[in-house]
Amino acid sequence: MSLLAIDHLTLSAGAQTLVSGLSLAIAAGERVGLIGESGSGKSLTAMAATGLLPPGITAAGSVLLGGRQVVGAPDRVLDRLRGTVTATIFQEPLTALDPLLRVGRQVAEPLRRRAARDGRTLDRHQLRRDVQALLEQVALPHPERIARAYPHELSGGQRQRIAIAMALACQPQLLIADEPTTALDVTTQAEILKLLDTLVRERGMALLFISHDLPIVAQVVQRVVVLRRGVAVERGPVEEVFARPRHEYTGALVAAARAFDAALGGSR
Amino acid sequence: MSLVSIEGVDFRYTRDRLTLENLSLEIREGANVGLVGESGSGKTTLLRLLLGLARPSAGRINFEGRRLEPHDGAFMRQYRRKVQAVFQDPYSSLDPRQTVLGIVSEPLRSLRLPGDHRAQVEAALAAVDLERDVLGRYPHQFSGGQRQRIAIARAMVAKPKLLLADEAVSALDLSTRVRIVELLQRVAAHMTLVFVSHDLGVVAALCDEVVILQNGRIVEAGPTRQTLADPVHPYTRNLLQSVPRMPA
Amino acid sequence: MTALETAAARPHRSASLQLGLVLVGLHVVVALLTLVWTPYDPGAMTGGRLEPPSLAHWVGTDRLGRDFLTQIMIGSRIALIVGSAAVAIGAAIGITLGMLAAFATRLPDDALAATLDILIAFPTLLIAMLVVAASDTASLGTAILALGIALSPIVARLTRILAKRVLLLDFITAARTSGTSWPGIVFRHVLPNIWPTLAVNLALQFGVAIIAEASLSYLGLGAPPPNASWGRLLQEAQGTVYTAPIGAIAPGLALVSLVIGVNLLADGLRDVGDPTRRRGA
Repeated sequence: MSLLAIDHLTLSAGAQTLVSGLSLAIAAGERVGLIGESGSGKSLTAMAATGLLPPGITAAGSVLLGGRQVVGAPDRVLDRLRGTVTATIFQEPLTALDPLLRVGRQVAEPLRRRAARDGRTLDRHQLRRDVQALLEQVALPHPERIARAYPHELSGGQRQRIAIAMALACQPQLLIADEPTTALDVTTQAEILKLLDTLVRERGMALLFISHDLPIVAQVVQRVVVLRRGVAVERGPVEEVFARPRHEYTGALVAAARAFDAALGGSR
Repeated sequence: MSLVSIEGVDFRYTRDRLTLENLSLEIREGANVGLVGESGSGKTTLLRLLLGLARPSAGRINFEGRRLEPHDGAFMRQYRRKVQAVFQDPYSSLDPRQTVLGIVSEPLRSLRLPGDHRAQVEAALAAVDLERDVLGRYPHQFSGGQRQRIAIARAMVAKPKLLLADEAVSALDLSTRVRIVELLQRVAAHMTLVFVSHDLGVVAALCDEVVILQNGRIVEAGPTRQTLADPVHPYTRNLLQSVPRMPA
Repeated sequence: MTALETAAARPHRSASLQLGLVLVGLHVVVALLTLVWTPYDPGAMTGGRLEPPSLAHWVGTDRLGRDFLTQIMIGSRIALIVGSAAVAIGAAIGITLGMLAAFATRLPDDALAATLDILIAFPTLLIAMLVVAASDTASLGTAILALGIALSPIVARLTRILAKRVLLLDFITAARTSGTSWPGIVFRHVLPNIWPTLAVNLALQFGVAIIAEASLSYLGLGAPPPNASWGRLLQEAQGTVYTAPIGAIAPGLALVSLVIGVNLLADGLRDVGDPTRRRGA
């Protein structure tokens, strides 16, 4: 059974259709890329998958997350799904973190919730050890010092690692990453992509990776869906789609990406 | 001959930290230079110095053999005419309350340049492939790519010698980015271009020469093809290896 | 989503705009009318003292037997003059100070900002009273000047904040590198971009000015009769509020209707002049 099964999802704002008849299924451990440019509806789709649509946007169709219907579900049901079945990391980690809390406490919060849900209580020392362990897993140096820092004291890459640690704390089966490296420097981006790839593979997590950047998507996913103005125009294994795009739009995107790629020459 | 020569420039925001350190660089007339660096490399600071928005703490910048002096009004008037810029964010670089005509004609009006301004604006818009009927419209009626075309038209309208572009395509979608890079290539054929970017792929596609900045210093500079094919400095190598590549 | 918001807000906005226009328009028409015609000579005793409303005197007469409607109509004129003139003075001083602070370097800006914060801590009316007290004569002109000065710190602070925000945007840098001078940047870029918010606030200050003027007059610090403002009428009606309540109710209603009208108008005018909110955009 699919972890996430989106079936004929249509999202609209008033009379305007933003996503139209989108179907997409992700099985456990599967890594899928959702490719689209601005206005394609890719981020809205991710929000719809976790029932976090902004006000004024209505959803029709079906989104099954861990076998539960998300469309039209009350927050009470959704709260249990977010954080157990799925966790999300966003483009700008600075706005995703609370500026007034030390990052250690922010990572501890999902750990505590997770434990409470499983009927366990964590004492302070156990919690601190778990936070440290998580910070080590996302390869942050000096985890005890980082845990005491506030978000603004960290670099963009460090903040994104914290966001990933918070997502991991939920032990989700599906990780949704919405342009997680767009705000980062190239060298930091490479590190974060490698980290994400390793973590997802090691833990057998499913991944929904949303991006407009083709080479980045190619690095972390197996399958892609290409979204254009709310319509899925092409889908398939990533190598196949990038090697032989069938839709004109995908063709243009691949050609553009290859042009910049070719300019860099053959050096690897 | 050098159009711009940067000679031993230091810049410090705070007392204890240099943003740029003893930076020297020659930019030939007609050259097409990519300034590549990550956050904190000092590339934005260098651009601000070149735009005359700040003064070096030490060293000097010469333009056509004369010292760039932001407080010298007469010099700056000439300088502004010859040096124009395109910025990163096409959504904040155009005044939302002005029409395209008002935006693109601003350098002509502000520098009190002679001639029929409207005709010059129309020519500049034609050069960036925008129709004449956009003149009376407002920025919010355009897409990101079109806005960047308007910004390029504004930079071109006074026929400058040097165009400074600050991450001018980074905020654009991939398919739009290709077209704006093509446009900049066309534009750069007639003038000197300094293209500041963190994106090696775009710089490789657009610039003949590349300058790699790290922590306020130039770590490597040279012809783009050669530098990327055979990088000498470890940082350049790391940067190059970090660029995500398309599957073969 | 902005398109959605404006679509949803539009009916509400246009309704408030219309009601505001009707209320303010009514006062403007009455004020203009008093320049050429009033039911009676405002200074003349044309009836008995404190007469109730009648066909001859629609709102009755005051304790000297003067027509009350005439005085309220003239009050409209006074209120509009006081409001506009005080706001104009407050805007001229406030916008200039605010712009200077926004463009100033750190130290003078901080000093000005702190001074403004202290001034704003005092109620508008109190500052106006101090200014009136400092001058010798209680005249309409003094009251207007006092109110204008009293309003200016609020306008200055808002201008400073709004202008600082605009100054950070790339199009200001683009204007500078296009060779645009500082005055050019202020008048061509900063003012047009902060004007909608500023205009709404100035309209609100118009209401504050009218009420403050009424309070000044009520305290005997405003314009002297016979060109009395509603505040003076309210003060005069104080002693007879139980025997002839119309004397307090009528100028009170006139005051409230104008202030509400101006506020509604301000709310409705917010979108006018914003190219991004125009219909069909």
